[in-house]
Amino acid sequence: MRVEKCFFCSSPIYPGHGIHFVRNDSKIFRFCRSKCHKAFQKKRNPRKARWTKAFRKAAGKELTVDPSLEFEKRRNEPVKYNKELWQTTIKAMKRIEEIKVRRQNFFIANRLKKGKELRKAADLREVKDNIHLIKSPAAGLKQRRQLVEVIQEQDVQAMESN
Amino acid sequence: MAHVVKHITAVPSYKDFVDIVLSRTQRKTPTVIHKHYKISRIREFYMRKVKFTQQTFHDKLSLIISEFPLISNLHPFYATLMNVLYNTDHYKLALGGINKARQLIDDCAKDHVKLLKYGDSLYRCKCLKRAALGRMVTIMKGQSKNLQYLEEIRQHINRLPTIDPNTRTLLITGFPNVGKSSFINKISRADVEVQPYAFTTKSLYVGHTDYKYLRWQVLDTPGILDHPIEERNAIEMQAVAALIHIRAVVLYIADVSEQCGHSLEEQLALYKNIKPSFSNRPIVIVLNKIDVVRPYELSEEKKKILDEFRAEGEPVLEMSTMTEEGVMDVKTTACEKLLAFRVEQKMKSNKISSITNRLHVAVPKKRDDKERPVCIPEAVLKRKKAMDVDGANRKLERDIEMEMGDDYTLDLRKTWLLQNEDEKYDVIPEIWQGRNVADFIDPDIMKKLEELEKEEEAREEAHYYSESESDEDEEMKEIRRTAKKIREKRTIITIESGEKRRVEKSRMPRSKKRTRSVAQLENELEELGVEIPRNPESHYGRAKSKSRSASRPPLKKKRDESVGSVTRSKSRTPRDKSGLRDNTMIRKVKKIAKKAQKPFNHQARKGEGDRVILNMKPKHLFSGKRKAGKTDRR
Repeated sequence: MRVEKCFFCSSPIYPGHGIHFVRNDSKIFRFCRSKCHKAFQKKRNPRKARWTKAFRKAAGKELTVDPSLEFEKRRNEPVKYNKELWQTTIKAMKRIEEIKVRRQNFFIANRLKKGKELRKAADLREVKDNIHLIKSPAAGLKQRRQLVEVIQEQDVQAMESN
Repeated sequence: MAHVVKHITAVPSYKDFVDIVLSRTQRKTPTVIHKHYKISRIREFYMRKVKFTQQTFHDKLSLIISEFPLISNLHPFYATLMNVLYNTDHYKLALGGINKARQLIDDCAKDHVKLLKYGDSLYRCKCLKRAALGRMVTIMKGQSKNLQYLEEIRQHINRLPTIDPNTRTLLITGFPNVGKSSFINKISRADVEVQPYAFTTKSLYVGHTDYKYLRWQVLDTPGILDHPIEERNAIEMQAVAALIHIRAVVLYIADVSEQCGHSLEEQLALYKNIKPSFSNRPIVIVLNKIDVVRPYELSEEKKKILDEFRAEGEPVLEMSTMTEEGVMDVKTTACEKLLAFRVEQKMKSNKISSITNRLHVAVPKKRDDKERPVCIPEAVLKRKKAMDVDGANRKLERDIEMEMGDDYTLDLRKTWLLQNEDEKYDVIPEIWQGRNVADFIDPDIMKKLEELEKEEEAREEAHYYSESESDEDEEMKEIRRTAKKIREKRTIITIESGEKRRVEKSRMPRSKKRTRSVAQLENELEELGVEIPRNPESHYGRAKSKSRSASRPPLKKKRDESVGSVTRSKSRTPRDKSGLRDNTMIRKVKKIAKKAQKPFNHQARKGEGDRVILNMKPKHLFSGKRKAGKTDRR
């Protein structure tokens, strides 16, 4: 039993799910659901459908080149079963998964940084240029003037009293 | 004979011949002539008739002469055959007669044309023409026998079998009724009549057979009797002609049983008699009818005769056409003999040297005396042995199934070869969190993982992950909020402005209501944080109260009333009266209009515009055929 990868969207296909299509040149296409199957029948290119893994990888949305991704692959070398090897492998898988997820997350966060900076700059510009829309430059002008007058009078009185 | 002589046209009898020629003359020459015509024209007319008749006779006779074969040009076999069948002298005489007749007719025509030149009237000319044609016909009449004879020959020639004197041929000969025709029927596709009396076969027959993928001609001849050649009849002579002239293997068939009515002695004598005629050709002596009497059952005297046959130096075979015993044997022997003979003949000829010079047969020689047997490696032999032993006493899965019966389950794991035998029946994990464990199986996985961990540690130390997470300070957050507010505000402004400017219907600008109000202004400014002084003295304060109360002072100074004129609303002038000065003019105009209307009233029309076509396409004008005449009538 294997968990296969969907031909179109690269999601895992568990046994008993999806459709297997064998073309007359004996190439096998597996689809996780009817959505992917239909897209294939319409001759869509998975690299151009934005919702597929293929697109995300091709467009640089996700981590593609990393040693942590090198562990999982089909090796066409038969290995005899050995309990110890299997146990270490499963242990290793867990650790690899941890590292991989961390790196992928970091990659995405890093990728989004640029947008954040741009948005920050835009906000600053907005506040600087268009503050008059919510706060008039004339706001509090009279009060201030009155305040100034009061102070001056007080000053004058003080001088006179002196 | 067809391939030797081309198709011969039928020779008509004398009467038909004359009819054909004369009617042809009648048809092909002018027929109308009158005595008052110019004499030269009349002469010309009759001369033409005579000449034409002569020419037709000439052509017809020439055709006969050219089509019949010349004996001297034929293959000697055919020449002899012609002689035997038709008597060459007679044949030659007949053709000679025809030739002579042709010549006579030509001369006759010449004479009469000469005479016609001196004909002085139509009657004379006509008589001369009659005389000429009459003489020609008389000449032809003399040839009637010849024509008949030639026609007979023509028919006979067409029926002769096609015998190729140069090809591979088996020639069968012997006394009458010894079984020659039965033999040809057996070995070829021919179907010759076979009857139990002498001279059933009266002419030559040809059959064809295959041997060694070659075509063989088999020639059946009539029987021959043993007497001098002068006494032989025409039937026998055909056989003799064939025997003499055709290069073939001669099968001399003898009847052992003597049922043919001729004793073996006689048959031997005949053989000796005719042998010289086919000298220089392969011969096979065949003893037929062995189903009746076997040669060894014969009396001593007869056996002696057989021995004499054998002493001739030619192969003596036995066969029975009844039971087909030995027939094929005879055929093969004869064919082989002829082939060998023909090859020998060719070898003697001059051409052969040029062919042999070109031929070369390569025969490879042995390199050395070393033996080179088949090689099978030791290992293969050993393995083969081992496999034999193993296969004999191994317990098969099927045996186990038979033993256990219904409890049997197929166990494939027991034959697994693992490093640790006790792990055979482990439950092996295949999937973990949507991943195939098998894809991760790699003997070096721990080493690679260690490298990865090292890299990870290095990153941690370099604060690779942490430095990215920079928190925002309070000030920045404030700015964010303000910017958000500004954007919201702007959106609202945009929407409101859009509302205001939206065009629904065309509107008179006068009726447009002012949407601005003092209260609104106050609100807006308060929102922006500007204080509005509530001072009634100020300009702004005056405009503030916008209610429609009576106390409101008029905005404009009232206009004084003007004196005299009364302005009243007035409806428009009716159209029939507009532009007219007074009632008289109106009346006049009406009168004129009425007058103008009159002709239209006669036509029951309102006016010029009242023009009705009740039927745009009247059926009678758009259906049916239009004949000669107008387009509006059918």
